[in-house]
Amino acid sequence: MAKELQGLDQQKLKDYWSYNIRLTTMTMVIWFVVTYVAIFFAPELDKIVIAGFPMGYYMGAQGSLIVFVILIFNYSNKMNKADKDYGVEEEEE
Amino acid sequence: MAGVGSKGFLDNLAKIYAIYTGGFIVFVIGLAIAEQMGLSNKMIGYTFMGLTIALYAFIGISSRTAKISEYYVAGRSVPPVFNGMATGSDWMSAASFIGMAGTIFGLGYDGLAYVMGWTGGYVLLAVFLGPYLRKFGQYTIPDFLGARFGGHAARTIGIIAAITASFTYLIAQVTGVGIIMSRFLGLDFATGVFVGLAGILVCSMLGGMKAVTWTQVAQYIILIIAYLIPPITMSQKVTGFPIPELTYGTVLQKIDAKEKAINLDQKEKDVRALWKADSDKIAADIKGLPGSLDAKKADLQGKIAALTPESPAGEKEKLEKAIAGLPKTPEEAKEKWEAAKKKADTQAKEIKPYLQPFARLDMKNMLALTFCLMVGTAGLPHILMRYYTTPSVQDARKSVGWSLFFIFLLYFTAPSVAAFARNEVLNSVIGLPIAQLPQWMANWGKVGLVSFKDINADGILQFYELTIGADAIVLAMPEIAGLPYTISGLVAAGGLAAALSTADGLLLTISNALSHDLYYKMINPKASINVRLAISRTLLVMVALISAYVATFKLTIIVELVAWAFSIAAASFFPALVMGIWDKRSNKWGCLAGMYIGFISCVSYMIASRFYGFDIWGIKTISSGLFGIPAGFIATYVVSRMTTPPSQELQDFVESVRIPRGAAKEHEEGMVTGH
Repeated sequence: MAKELQGLDQQKLKDYWSYNIRLTTMTMVIWFVVTYVAIFFAPELDKIVIAGFPMGYYMGAQGSLIVFVILIFNYSNKMNKADKDYGVEEEEE
Repeated sequence: MAGVGSKGFLDNLAKIYAIYTGGFIVFVIGLAIAEQMGLSNKMIGYTFMGLTIALYAFIGISSRTAKISEYYVAGRSVPPVFNGMATGSDWMSAASFIGMAGTIFGLGYDGLAYVMGWTGGYVLLAVFLGPYLRKFGQYTIPDFLGARFGGHAARTIGIIAAITASFTYLIAQVTGVGIIMSRFLGLDFATGVFVGLAGILVCSMLGGMKAVTWTQVAQYIILIIAYLIPPITMSQKVTGFPIPELTYGTVLQKIDAKEKAINLDQKEKDVRALWKADSDKIAADIKGLPGSLDAKKADLQGKIAALTPESPAGEKEKLEKAIAGLPKTPEEAKEKWEAAKKKADTQAKEIKPYLQPFARLDMKNMLALTFCLMVGTAGLPHILMRYYTTPSVQDARKSVGWSLFFIFLLYFTAPSVAAFARNEVLNSVIGLPIAQLPQWMANWGKVGLVSFKDINADGILQFYELTIGADAIVLAMPEIAGLPYTISGLVAAGGLAAALSTADGLLLTISNALSHDLYYKMINPKASINVRLAISRTLLVMVALISAYVATFKLTIIVELVAWAFSIAAASFFPALVMGIWDKRSNKWGCLAGMYIGFISCVSYMIASRFYGFDIWGIKTISSGLFGIPAGFIATYVVSRMTTPPSQELQDFVESVRIPRGAAKEHEEGMVTGH
């Protein structure tokens, strides 16, 4: 058995992984909506115009990008916290 | 001063790069003052290129190393923010820096597929791959395939895929370097390529990944400053507020209004009719080959014969030149005339609205292209490799966020650059008398990026008389914004930084695949550190020379191949890596089948659709990955389940990759993960 797996609670490991899967799924759903659903409905979104930006165009040029950045930082913060909660964080050197 | 990459350096990173940024800005201001006092444009170009390359060389030389972990993974000492910057410039190539805004300028809404595709891929990388590869903690991507799927077979396919994807990409960067050097320094293309190459080699040869990393951070700072200054100035000038990303909405509306006006304008309609007539005439000539070519020649010769002493001086020479300029063979004539017809056809077509979705690329192709670019981004080995260099798994996670943040700064500005340029062309240039056209058009006309033909001979520029090359948009922006030549030099230095930094990363990926994966892991595992480093460095120089040699041929297919590289990486690497981490049951046979089938189905679609007019649902060649990616996943899944499960040892290995605990810290040799 790999040495970092020794002494770990199997249940906690399972919980950690299913937490990760939930978070990943949520991230991917939002990722899908802001790109593919936004492209699909671009003609409809374009009917809303804010500060000169038709919203369909805005989503492609800026909106989806902003969401991507937030998504990754959100994922990394939550996972870095989960590491500690489930006791699988890296050892200090 | 402490050496680059030393402890003193690492402890003071923020301070060192802040001083560097300040120093660079002072240097640009100083140069602008010198320009006012009469420094020539050529000198400004040389100063920029010379100084920045010297700077990269300095960083490269002072990061020289004889340690394996520093050479391959920068000693795993790169903090997340700085790894983010390094990844940003590693990722953003000459195509992103120079070409992206031009693509949007031409394609309008549909061009945004590139903006979303090349950023959204980082979300995939963040959740599916980055942190796990860091936990695995070796040196290359084929390393992971070798360890996870056992044996040399998976590693070998990994090496082949890494080299195929990286090499075409590398040639495009080297070509970009040659173009920038030749345009701004007046060197010929081949000299430009080799001068630029020297710049790439001093960076990476002595210090490997360590040198490349710290150079890439320096290059990021230059390229982002260079990219942002022109649109900020332009935004201030046009809208009175200096944040282009917020203000260009009003500009988009102006573009839309003017396009509608152009399509109603009678003179513009006349111009289009003239192009149509031109196109029909060329079509008739092509049909009439070879007779039409002889007829043209005979006609010109007849005119010479008909010349009288009263004819204007120089008329004979003019006609003789025209004869010499005719195509030599019917084949050449066909090729030339077809290109001319294509151009005439483009000019004859009514413009589709800039803001209208799916005007140039239909919806399914836009969706498919965005998807392939995203998955391809997450599958490119030179990017994945960067996440081996952070101190910990937690840092790798954060680092993906910072990478995208730094890339985002450029990508969310690109559409505003395109909009400001298009607005300028539509609302300030169109309708001007030919004699009063702005200077930037003449300057970029000289290198063939801007051209126009007063086809209706009214002395006024109509929209359909003008052609602007995609590369002109970013390069001409400083002049359009009325900025001094120093800023044009800065933009060129930014483009050079973008091309060099990407080339560095790619070169290292290729030479590492050969020296580490092929030589050390497969041919001679007993090789000493010195031998391994010597082989790495020799291969680096050889790969660089080969790529420069290939680049001097200026093959037009290269640009196309780069676009293909994304689909190839997406279809071959991505499924194997993701399944290796996320599916414990995946085994060697599944991985081999997946990579092989993903690669083959992707490449067959490319060849069939590009050369034989085959298609499924009208999907274009560039999005071939749409078929290859699922094929790769399905093959991995199915074949794995039909064959024996991986050993307990390998299953434990997957378990261990999934948790941060026990991640490798800086180490000299061999495996640290417990198997």
